Amino acid sequence: MASQTLRPDTYQLRRKANSLATYFFMAAFLVYFLIPLFWLVISSTKTNAGLFSTFGFWFSKDFNFFQNLKDLFAYDKGHFSLWMRNTAIYALIASVGSSLISTLAGYAFAQYRFPGRNLLFGIVLASIFVPATVYAVPLFLMMSKSGLSNTLLAVILPSLVNPFGVYLMRIYAEQAVSQDLIDAARVDGAGEFRIFVTIAFRLLAPGYVTVLLFAFVGAWNNYFLPLLLLSKSDLYVLTVGLAYWNSLASQPGVAQVLYILVITGSVVAIVPVMFVFLFLQRFWQGGLSLGSIKA
Amino acid sequence: MVLVNVPGKKLSTHHSWQRFLYKAAPYIFLSPFLIGYIAFSIYPLVYSFNLSLYRKQLIGGLTFVGLSNYGKVFQDTNFGEGIRNVLVFGAVQIPVMLGLALIFALILDSELVRRPTIFRLGYFLPFAVPSVVAALMWGYFYGQGFGPIAQIFTALKLEPPIFLTASGIIPAIANIATWQYAGYNMLIIYAALKAIPTELYDAARVDGASDLQIAWYVRIPLVWPAIALTILFSINGTLQLFNEPNVLTVVAPSIVNLHFTPNIYLYNLAFRNGQFNYSAAMAFSLALVSGVIASLVLAATRGEERENNG
Repeated sequence: MASQTLRPDTYQLRRKANSLATYFFMAAFLVYFLIPLFWLVISSTKTNAGLFSTFGFWFSKDFNFFQNLKDLFAYDKGHFSLWMRNTAIYALIASVGSSLISTLAGYAFAQYRFPGRNLLFGIVLASIFVPATVYAVPLFLMMSKSGLSNTLLAVILPSLVNPFGVYLMRIYAEQAVSQDLIDAARVDGAGEFRIFVTIAFRLLAPGYVTVLLFAFVGAWNNYFLPLLLLSKSDLYVLTVGLAYWNSLASQPGVAQVLYILVITGSVVAIVPVMFVFLFLQRFWQGGLSLGSIKA
Repeated sequence: MVLVNVPGKKLSTHHSWQRFLYKAAPYIFLSPFLIGYIAFSIYPLVYSFNLSLYRKQLIGGLTFVGLSNYGKVFQDTNFGEGIRNVLVFGAVQIPVMLGLALIFALILDSELVRRPTIFRLGYFLPFAVPSVVAALMWGYFYGQGFGPIAQIFTALKLEPPIFLTASGIIPAIANIATWQYAGYNMLIIYAALKAIPTELYDAARVDGASDLQIAWYVRIPLVWPAIALTILFSINGTLQLFNEPNVLTVVAPSIVNLHFTPNIYLYNLAFRNGQFNYSAAMAFSLALVSGVIASLVLAATRGEERENNG
């Protein structure tokens, strides 16, 4: 720190006290953010009865996690595994597709001067702030008229359009792909598409991964769109299915045993996303700064 | 960019073809997005706006009514109540959440704590949890049946608090939203802070500025664009509040009613009652309210920021 030469004793003492207080402050919030997840994981190892009869923040005597998993996938003719499959298909296609499309568009906005560029980009920017609610009714009607409702395509197709992804990729492309390099490749006789595939895309990869990750999580965790467009229980995604089981469990006398399945199912639903985030943090943490640079 | 003649190459036809490709390339790169954008963004908006101009009459069927659905929306007390609920919610939740996010980001960026990565990841982790699961989990957490808070109170021979009451429901949902998104917003601000060259701080420090002064007069103004972005996204998200209250309806049906938020009301009108025309008008009205509030808040905070800069 630059100011160590100024008033050494009192300054450093005060600094130490401050940093201790700061540390407690931060640690308290770490507990706040993690304790519900800790509780969820602990609870998933209990029996449904144990949920009610044992203390929430610690394990009960019998470790029932694997039995819960078995019950989870067996319940209601194995609907949970269908929901997982649907969620995985939806999230994978939507995220890979939408980030590829966004990368192409962002690259075009960054690298070329063409008529209509500013107007188009302005429209894209504006649409970032159109509330998703506005699309609910028309998408629902469009999908039912075209016979796509109750297919996974109904949720995948609208998710392929990601204006925020285009915005991020444009900013990323402006920084990561140097105009000189592209021009040099042109002089060497490389075509526009070969340049994109062999040179630009490689440079754009970190941005692509960031947009892909957030799109994946957005789709995996999406509730509103699937709730509207998928009404058959074997076509549900995890979020819709879990909320549905929870509503059954809360009805008096129907299926209280479902509580433990909702809890175990929640743990199963969270794990893939956390895994992706923790293991790819190198990519997305760098990419996060994208949005703020030129906003 | 200029296409250069490369010596030794026959360019007469090749050249013009390449020039054409260069001209066409941006449109070709843009075409997948534009096709999707027209089909799933522009077309739905036009379609929905058109819907909002009609009304199903008992006699005469579907009739053009101009903007009269919009007039009806703004006189609809259920819609007004929903708007009031989300505004009360947002007025408290957004400043608390973003204030925390900013403090976390400033602390982590100034290296006041050891092992900042643990805090950064730990705070961010709830963002990876689907909001449905977050609402389910907190719903159980608040609950009387096997909620750990009630358990602790009972163990201490105290009356367990009831969270999901008429006055408790908004703070209960605000807590869920803060838990989920504070870390995410922290990361956006943190990333912007990281981009500031540290020489700026050193210069201020030599001038005798304290850490707090540096934060207030140097760092916050410099990351203002990132903060503004988090404000915009938070307002947009708050006006559309749906998932958390919709999940909690199950636990507290009498409190989280069918018009608790505008989005829940709209959902019920459209998909339970089939009032597509009216709910289309309501969706646009909600977008309008959201846009007006966002620009008011941005204008107000931006003015304040200028004052700080002197």
